[in-house]
Amino acid sequence: MSRSFVEVSGLGKSFPAKNAVPVVVYDNVNFALNKGEFVCIIGHSGCGKSTILNTLAGLDEPTTGAVIMNGREVKGPSLERGIVFQNYSLLPWLSALKNVEFGVKARWPEWSKAQVREHSVRYLNMVGLDHALERKPSQLSGGMRQRVSIARAFATQPELLLLDEPFGALDALTRGVIQQELVKIWSETQQTVFMITHDVDEALLLSDRILLMSNGPNAVVAESVHVDLPRPRQRTTIIHHPGYYTLRNYLVDFLVNRSGDREGFGPGAHPRAVNPLSQDSPSAEPEPAVTTRAIKQLAVS
Amino acid sequence: MSSLKIRSAILSCVLVFSLCAIWEVLTRQDVRSGELSEYEMLMGGAVPEAAVPPPSAVLALAWEQLTDPFYDKGPNDKGIGIQLGYSLYRVLSGYVLAALIAIPVGFVVGMSPLMYGALNPIIQVLRPISPLAWMPLALFIIKDSETSAIFVIFICSIWPMLLNTAFGVANVRKDWINVARTHELSSLRTAFAVILPAAAPTILTGMRISIGIAWLVIVAAEMLVGGTGIGYFVWNEWNNLDLTSVIFSILMIGCVGMLLDLVLSGAQKLVQYSE
Ligand SMILES: Nc1ncnc2c1ncn2[C@@H]1O[C@H](COP(=O)(O)OP(=O)(O)OP(=O)(O)O)[C@@H](O)[C@H]1O
Ligand SMILES: [Mg+2]
Repeated sequence: MSRSFVEVSGLGKSFPAKNAVPVVVYDNVNFALNKGEFVCIIGHSGCGKSTILNTLAGLDEPTTGAVIMNGREVKGPSLERGIVFQNYSLLPWLSALKNVEFGVKARWPEWSKAQVREHSVRYLNMVGLDHALERKPSQLSGGMRQRVSIARAFATQPELLLLDEPFGALDALTRGVIQQELVKIWSETQQTVFMITHDVDEALLLSDRILLMSNGPNAVVAESVHVDLPRPRQRTTIIHHPGYYTLRNYLVDFLVNRSGDREGFGPGAHPRAVNPLSQDSPSAEPEPAVTTRAIKQLAVS
Repeated sequence: MSSLKIRSAILSCVLVFSLCAIWEVLTRQDVRSGELSEYEMLMGGAVPEAAVPPPSAVLALAWEQLTDPFYDKGPNDKGIGIQLGYSLYRVLSGYVLAALIAIPVGFVVGMSPLMYGALNPIIQVLRPISPLAWMPLALFIIKDSETSAIFVIFICSIWPMLLNTAFGVANVRKDWINVARTHELSSLRTAFAVILPAAAPTILTGMRISIGIAWLVIVAAEMLVGGTGIGYFVWNEWNNLDLTSVIFSILMIGCVGMLLDLVLSGAQKLVQYSE
């Protein structure tokens, strides 16, 4: 069996609680990422997505199980895994430019000052912050901070990019621009991207595969949905693709109706691979009913 | 904002001026009243200079002293500049020595819970000891009054810097440490590039508290060890019953203390950041 680029097996995380019964966020999470793949993970708030991402990064020790990357177990953080943290994590005493340079200098210590600066400015330009290079994070808006954090992670060109809701604080327009930039960078390099998002449309626009996580505690990665839409994808045109709403309905249905259904997902197994667009898949029939059901369900809850 | 500043400056001038005016009037009456106080009767009425001087006399002396602050006419008659210079030299040597030890040790204590647990009880016992209580021991062991004074400054300024450094380092946000970890920074680089700037405002607060305490303590220490310095100068002028000089030196002590604090608060502003 050929090994995947990243393999997550038997991952478990529990936090000790005061009343002696530990909080089990998840106890058996399995999935794999192929080299060069763009994978999004979707699940309800608090199900453990950030915890999984931190474990992939090597910042967090799993209670059980392991993460294997390139055939080696992830034991700690590495420059090969770049992260955009959910809370940005910029160094507040450094300007936007210095924050990006911080990462670039760590990655290429042999570079000259001018080289570091030129490279950092290029990535800040890319996220549209060329006018705010010298500003401190406290003088930037939430979305601008998030963009500095994105620039810092992208500028170090890691093999694996880990993004924790990287576009959460951005307006639709900026979000669209940076999504395009992300896809461009990703398609030009051999980078693998693992991204957390709450936005179903964003996941469909960007990913090859979407992992669906059930609600915690004892959450599992229940399904791995193949996004069989042609690339390059455009925000404006992708919605007219005949398969788009089938996929979208499938995801929304999962989030609204099935994510809490714990018995539905056997423990220990790998996530069930589904392709809602292929004919032999049971959920492939065009199903507008799902949307109505989902919307009703949303209105009720 | 600036109009507020101007108004408070005017108000503070008015306050100082009226206090001086009241003081002037009261001391003039004192001089005029022919009756001898109990103290003067005890001293046989031979102490006309011992009366509290009016501010005008202090001002006159201040002018005289400040126009020629560095004259030196023997061990008992040196200019105020020289005396302050001696005190500043002692304060700064003791203080710098304390900083050189307190900041690295505070760093280690802040980084390692083991060291914190081990050193904390020792620090808590040593910290509340009045620095002057060390003086006899210091004089006996060091056998040099100059060095003993520096030692007393050292011992009184070390604690705030040590504790603040340890506290600042221990409370650096986990997120920032994680940024260093994900960029594979060595422990040394992490200490200098992340922990030091993150803890710098807290460290500077400790340094500011320390310099204030050191300046308070040097006056008392120099009164004890004698010889030179502003503390000795005050005591010597009291022995000469020259209250004008005493008041003038008290004011100078206040001014220098304020300048020292200004320097450190300036440094603190430089490293301050807002999240
Ligand atoms: N240090 C901790 N101690 C106890 N419980 C924790 C701790 N950190 C996280 N948790 C719990 O772990 C669960 C998963 O947290 P996590 O941050 O991974 O959620 P998430 O899926 O990223 O949610 P969101 O979408 O809101 O960011 C939460 O229920 C949280 O309460
Ligand atoms: Mg999260």
